[in-house]
Amino acid sequence: MLRLDRLVKTYKTGDQALKAVELDIPSGQVTALIGPSGAGKSTLIRCINRLVEPTSGKVWLGDTELTALGAGALRRERRRMGMIFQEYALVERLTVMENVLSGRLGYVGFWRSLTRRFPQADVDEAFRLLDRVGLLHMADKRADELSGGQRQRVGICRALIQDPAVLLVDEPTASLDPKTSRQIMRLICELCAERGLAAIINIHDVALAQMFVARVIGLRFGEVVYDGSPDGLTPDKLTEIYGEEDWEATIEKVEDEDDAEAVA
Amino acid sequence: MTATDTELSALLGTRWRRPPLIRRAWLRWTLGIGFLVYLVLAVASVEVNWARVYEGLDRGWAFVLAFTSPDFTSRSGAIWDGMVESIVITVASSVVGILISIPIALGAARNIAPLPVYMVCRGIIAVSRALQEIIVAILLVAIFGFGPLAGFLTLSFATIGFLSKLLAEDIEAMSRSQAEAVRATGSRWSQWINYGVQPQVMPRLIGLSIYRIDINFRESAILGLVGAGGIGATLNTAFDRYEYDTAAAILILIIGIVMALEYISGIVRAKVQ
Repeated sequence: MLRLDRLVKTYKTGDQALKAVELDIPSGQVTALIGPSGAGKSTLIRCINRLVEPTSGKVWLGDTELTALGAGALRRERRRMGMIFQEYALVERLTVMENVLSGRLGYVGFWRSLTRRFPQADVDEAFRLLDRVGLLHMADKRADELSGGQRQRVGICRALIQDPAVLLVDEPTASLDPKTSRQIMRLICELCAERGLAAIINIHDVALAQMFVARVIGLRFGEVVYDGSPDGLTPDKLTEIYGEEDWEATIEKVEDEDDAEAVA
Repeated sequence: MTATDTELSALLGTRWRRPPLIRRAWLRWTLGIGFLVYLVLAVASVEVNWARVYEGLDRGWAFVLAFTSPDFTSRSGAIWDGMVESIVITVASSVVGILISIPIALGAARNIAPLPVYMVCRGIIAVSRALQEIIVAILLVAIFGFGPLAGFLTLSFATIGFLSKLLAEDIEAMSRSQAEAVRATGSRWSQWINYGVQPQVMPRLIGLSIYRIDINFRESAILGLVGAGGIGATLNTAFDRYEYDTAAAILILIIGIVMALEYISGIVRAKVQ
């Protein structure tokens, strides 16, 4: 479904953010990407939809080689890749509805988008998605009036209305409280399951990742050092990914939280 | 551990000061003293002819007194024509200037435009800003003759330099991630500008535009002095004829309109945030 073939990114400063990363995500699989700050997680996600231009290597989405596309074709392929951002990245002075509908920009012409006259099917779908995430009553509010959790839900709607094949999710919970973080992660994973979407989720919170995903990839200094099930993340493995630290507490916390979750 | 302990004990009990802006002490003192010396010499070099000042006091006083009895009536026709002309110049030059500024501002923002476009747009801004309004007006009056056309063109040109530069700087300071998110949806360039960039800079654009209308009105009063039409021409005539009471009336009108514009712009800027 999504395949990275020896993907390399070297920044102008000489920093090697990605060193020949190989990755294969089958359709419908939700994968967490963990690793310390600066390991190249954000770069990896942005190299897929080429918000960051990879230095070498190939990215395949289905049968399309994204890295070989010209500007127009890339634009059309970007519609199949929904992106959810750290700090939400909603356009703050636009309304919630405009933010959601901006996910359709790749499908509608300039004049329609300028005059905000989207096709009725798009408008209906936007209402349906907002209803699904419980924000239908907020449709005409300005995005900066919403709380963090609400904004991220709008961000999710914006990504889903693109009707994507894959979700690229960059630190979706970085600025949310623990409870909201879980709700957001659960929502993303539920929606992926409902629609059979593949997803790559960059995430700092190892315990949270273990709770929701089927596969974890550990990135360190631009290299994949772990690729397996969430249960296989032993203290040794975490040390390999993040460096020396007492990991027992982190892993135990996972079990505690699972219990708490069952009660809640 | 012992190394840090000795480092700490050496520091304990010593005074802490913020490190100075210029680290080298000799350079800091040279610059400071040099500036003071220059200031004293500069002030001393300005010659004041006290006899002339004494003579001029009377004329100045007459001018100030005229404000107590401004004469709106005896030249009301000329004042009215001048005012209308000034307002026409202001509105026309602001609209044209702002419309031209927007594409130039987009081109002059490094985070949007490729380098060649950036250089060209920054060049246009630099030229517009380097040439002061009066100088441009004198040139344009020479080309197009006396009248409001020269004033209109001058202020349009000046508006471009002002608005493009400040708007471009606001575009460069916009939130990258908001724009990035719109780009990631597969939007066209024009849609990206409309959804990702425009909402972020719109309040600034409106605020700057109103501010520029304000400036253009005041400038239109000055440009009349070099023959570029507007209320300035009427004002100039009044001064030439020593009709200080008429001049006072014109100045009061200009001040009133500028203050009204200032008040309106305050309200609008608060609303669009």
